Amino acid sequence: MKSQQDNAAPVLNKAVPVRHPGRWLSAVIILGFLAVFLQSLVTNRNFRWDIVGTYILDVKVVQGVGWTLLLTVASMLLAIVLAILLAFMRQSDNPVFRWSSWVWVWFFRGTPVYTQLVFWGLISVLYPKISAGVPFGPELFSVDTSALVTATVAAILGLGLNESAYLAEIFRAGLKSVDRGQMEAAEALGMGKTKIMWRIILPQAMRVIVPPTGNETIGMLKTTSLVLAVPFTLDLTFATNTLANRTYLPVPLLIVAAIWYLLITSILMVGQHFIEAYYGKGVDNLAPAAVAPGAAKAAGGGADVKRSMQTDFPEESAR
Amino acid sequence: MTITAEKPLVRIEGLHKFYGQHHVLRGIDLTVNQGEVSVVIGPSGSGKSTMLRCVNLLESISAGRISVGDQLIGYREVKGRLHDLKTKEIAAQRREIGMVFQRFNLFPHKTALQNIMEAPVQVKGQSRDAARKRALELLDRVGLADRAGHYPSQLSGGQQQRVAIARALAMDPELMLFDEPTSALDPELVGDVLNVMKDLAKSGMTMIVVTHEIGFAREVGDRLTFMDGGVVVESGDPREVLANPQHARTKEFLSRVL
Repeated sequence: MKSQQDNAAPVLNKAVPVRHPGRWLSAVIILGFLAVFLQSLVTNRNFRWDIVGTYILDVKVVQGVGWTLLLTVASMLLAIVLAILLAFMRQSDNPVFRWSSWVWVWFFRGTPVYTQLVFWGLISVLYPKISAGVPFGPELFSVDTSALVTATVAAILGLGLNESAYLAEIFRAGLKSVDRGQMEAAEALGMGKTKIMWRIILPQAMRVIVPPTGNETIGMLKTTSLVLAVPFTLDLTFATNTLANRTYLPVPLLIVAAIWYLLITSILMVGQHFIEAYYGKGVDNLAPAAVAPGAAKAAGGGADVKRSMQTDFPEESAR
Repeated sequence: MTITAEKPLVRIEGLHKFYGQHHVLRGIDLTVNQGEVSVVIGPSGSGKSTMLRCVNLLESISAGRISVGDQLIGYREVKGRLHDLKTKEIAAQRREIGMVFQRFNLFPHKTALQNIMEAPVQVKGQSRDAARKRALELLDRVGLADRAGHYPSQLSGGQQQRVAIARALAMDPELMLFDEPTSALDPELVGDVLNVMKDLAKSGMTMIVVTHEIGFAREVGDRLTFMDGGVVVESGDPREVLANPQHARTKEFLSRVL
């Protein structure tokens, strides 16, 4: 390999680069606008930063952040579980599964989430009692719907079921993105359907599923502000709106809400980065690959000379 | 390899395959004895890969029977009538049959070692330690002992294919199917894979190899089968068939590939 480059070091080319006056001009314009905006943030007294400071850690606001987080996490978890189920059903050999999955997505994606939230808030009017028993026969027990479906439950159901329809399509696209040969290879090894799905197909599909799901989670964070429709009145937007109405200062309280939403979104983005790195292993994320688990433990053992040379292969010493 | 106990392991009888109206396999008969290396050649579209994939039911069998050992593949015969096997029963039959694909189909999210350990641990229920020990032995056998921690994307095509062979061997199959194992490889990488296959043949493994490597057929094959248009045109001792083909179609094909 080196035979041709043993001699003199090459003289590197030092070409005059092409000038880009347009880039400089547009950069100056953008920075100019940014400077004017930042200056207005400081000098425009209508922003009322003092009020922002007063309410940013207000008990109602912080509790609102907690409730918003709870609604986001709970409804996304519900949606993910349902979406996996719906995506698997959509691929099933059973036509009834395929059909019902399609109808579910059609319905929950086809009606506004606001309408669905109002509907879940009114469920106890529609069905005052929920009872279990033999259909058209004797009743075993029954509960009041309003006791079972509280405002919190209604909000989570409304958000989660609606979201499951969107996520189901994302999961379906992810499953379809995995090469057909992966299924065949696993089948040829004698693996069962469930194991193939969970151990071979889904982990690879996650690479495609995670980015849009992160997007949906961040969307959900903001969609939770619609739970007023249930009505659910403890989330961040409701809390800041209430304070704004009380103080007649809508702008600083909108800023309070915006700061919190931005902060949570930023944290979610960091989380998404790590999830993407995890599911990207072997494809996007190769660096830690050569170091297999147990490396530290194996390194402590007395490996002979030949084996200790195989630095990227710590399991060898386990033999 | 001529020390074959004349005991048939694989019996393909009257195999037909339809894709809708398209009649791909038109009555294939092929017997592979225990420990024999049966090489199948033929132009693309001749149905040789389809036949191979029928043996482990990656393709359904439209007509005819395939048996491996004493097992009828894909069916149970009760009072002269065939009943489809359940998915689990099919999976159990596949465990005895290793398969190597043209495009390797390693699991990209698992390292070479994890690829090999996956089926013994998950399907056979072997302990992780036992499976790891065996996987390392197999990696050593295919000359990749130093690549255990590498992901498929960090391996060359030839290395990936050797890992794929090790992965199939980890299930201790009684039969190995090779579906054009060197067709997707750069020419300089073909030799390593063929060497592994030669060693495997010498160890007495029963193999059906669909390939374009005529040299491999001549050197390692116990039987050479030439397929064209969904039928077996000619079958016999590889050296004889290659030196003295009886059919015009065989002659024409060989004149193009040799």
